[in-house]
Amino acid sequence: MDDHPRTPWHALAHRRYLRSAWPWRAAGYLAGSALTGIPVLLVLVLLAAAGATLSLVLVGLPLLALLGLAGVPVAAVERRRLRLVDRTPTGTPHRTPAEPGLLAWARLRYREQATWRELAYAVLHGLLLWWVDLAVVATLLGLPLLLLTTPLQLALAADGEVKVVKLWLVTSYPPAFAIAAAGAVLLPALLHPLGALAGARAALTRALLAPRERELQGLLAEVTRSRARLVDAFEAERRRIERDLHDGAQQRLVALTMTLGLARLDAPPGPLADRLATAHDEAGKVLAELRELIHGIHPQVLTDYGLTGALADAAERSAVPVDTDLGTGLPRLPESVEAAAYFAVCEALANIGRHSGAARAAVTARHTGAALVIAVTDDGRGGADPAAGSGLTGLADRIAVLDGTLAITSPPGGPTVLSLEIPCPVISPTSNP
Amino acid sequence: MPGDQPHEQSLNIVLAEDGVLLREGLVGLLTRFGHRVAAAVGDADELRRAVALHHPDVVVTDVRMPPGLSDDGLRAAVELRAARPDLPVLVLSQYVQRSYAADLLDSGDGGGVGYLLKDRVGQVEQFLDAVVTVAGGGTVVDPEVVRQLLRRRRDPLAALTPREREVLGLVAEGKSNGAVARELVVSEAAVGKHIGNILGKLDLPPAEDTHRRVLAVLAYLRG
Repeated sequence: MDDHPRTPWHALAHRRYLRSAWPWRAAGYLAGSALTGIPVLLVLVLLAAAGATLSLVLVGLPLLALLGLAGVPVAAVERRRLRLVDRTPTGTPHRTPAEPGLLAWARLRYREQATWRELAYAVLHGLLLWWVDLAVVATLLGLPLLLLTTPLQLALAADGEVKVVKLWLVTSYPPAFAIAAAGAVLLPALLHPLGALAGARAALTRALLAPRERELQGLLAEVTRSRARLVDAFEAERRRIERDLHDGAQQRLVALTMTLGLARLDAPPGPLADRLATAHDEAGKVLAELRELIHGIHPQVLTDYGLTGALADAAERSAVPVDTDLGTGLPRLPESVEAAAYFAVCEALANIGRHSGAARAAVTARHTGAALVIAVTDDGRGGADPAAGSGLTGLADRIAVLDGTLAITSPPGGPTVLSLEIPCPVISPTSNP
Repeated sequence: MPGDQPHEQSLNIVLAEDGVLLREGLVGLLTRFGHRVAAAVGDADELRRAVALHHPDVVVTDVRMPPGLSDDGLRAAVELRAARPDLPVLVLSQYVQRSYAADLLDSGDGGGVGYLLKDRVGQVEQFLDAVVTVAGGGTVVDPEVVRQLLRRRRDPLAALTPREREVLGLVAEGKSNGAVARELVVSEAAVGKHIGNILGKLDLPPAEDTHRRVLAVLAYLRG
């Protein structure tokens, strides 16, 4: 048996049910129902009455519209209260509006099925459920407690008599204690149906207020979309940084080297000319370093020529000679796909240069019409551990966001094959040279 | 002084560069060495208009510029050469990128074009030499691009000896046989022999065509 029951129903099957907190949780849950039920009833009645009356002068229509959304806050509170008797967390079935603002929020809520389930729950809760809950607690817990306290009631009674449950008149202590004993037997006996009813009540709440399968899938799709948006934003930021460096620092440095070059021509031979020469060379080196840096952030060739040009470029930069086979050239693909694929290939080629001991590598890339498929192979010693390279893990994550996969096979002795596949449609059918 | 009037020829130049600082600097540089800048413009469309208006001896242009802020300058250069294959064009770029150089060299008959890294502007004399070479129908490819190509070790280059590659690299940079001989400290006859071997290995048979040197460079670039 599970040592930590998740609901009163589970707890009931437990031998230690009566000694656990579960009977009191069940009682608390049912008794607390009135705390939310009474305000809900008041608000519903007031809104409906005011809305119906005032709708004659049109002012009431917004109030009636508000009534439609009344279930949303009630459900939020009730889902929280549910934790008292249901340890399984319940998330919201609602989606997050794509745009900010109250109007967008309300529009989305009106379109969601969950909103109407919540309204149904609120009406049911306000009109019926909290009464039932109170009645259950009063009967199953209040009655035995009343019996149990009969002697006390007698002691406190001014006229020396107590009418227990309005049925039996008790005037002396022996019967009073007999009734109290009956209450003591009744109390643990009734705690079982109390737990069962609280469990039923929790199940009803969950059925109406927890997200349905379809809603969960919608929420998951939303998370996936927001992850993809993040990657796009990240990519746009890279391009912005690249552009800023290109238009700013790089331009100024070129102008500086030009000025220094002219100054060198003008300077008479001597220590000044030597120092100018040193400065000129340094500026040239900074310029070369900056160029590499900018290329690493986002290669312009990727923007201008797409993957076809960028992969050829990556192959040329590789320390190990690389054969590229791009078929008849790749079509232009979404920017995020091109960037993810390009950086994955660059990382793979860098790893081959650093660790593989390979003499040659090969990159093949094809677009099958529905997916981009790339393989990077080398003739090195193999035994590459994908888990060891944090660079590849990051790239695998980036490709996973695009619903793609990245896999490495590297038996000892080689060959090592990195393959990636990203499903993507073609934006423009023309392929660049 | 070393560089006051190194070039006797005064060229009529149209310049396109979107960075104001650099554009003004280039105008100053070119005029100081006796050339005439007929127009200095900041985007690809203005470049097309300026060339139609001024009939320059040579066009010097940046790759990335408005309106698209992509490779607009390069595409304008390729278009201009498609319309007028003998128009000399020197492209300045911030990137070591074969794709750009190959696009340019494929335009026209491959003569009268240059692809230089912007860094070269700082090496004033080298830059001015390149302008004059391109204006004279020669081909200039940035040493960085050539170096990257030499690292590729792919056919047909595999057949070349290291010395022959070195010679071809210098030829690609637009150097004459004499200049190559001085650089490598060998006789001009030896350079001629190397070039003959290179042309043979790249399957470019002797012919009247004076552009065989260019074709050899192109063979390199297309690899």
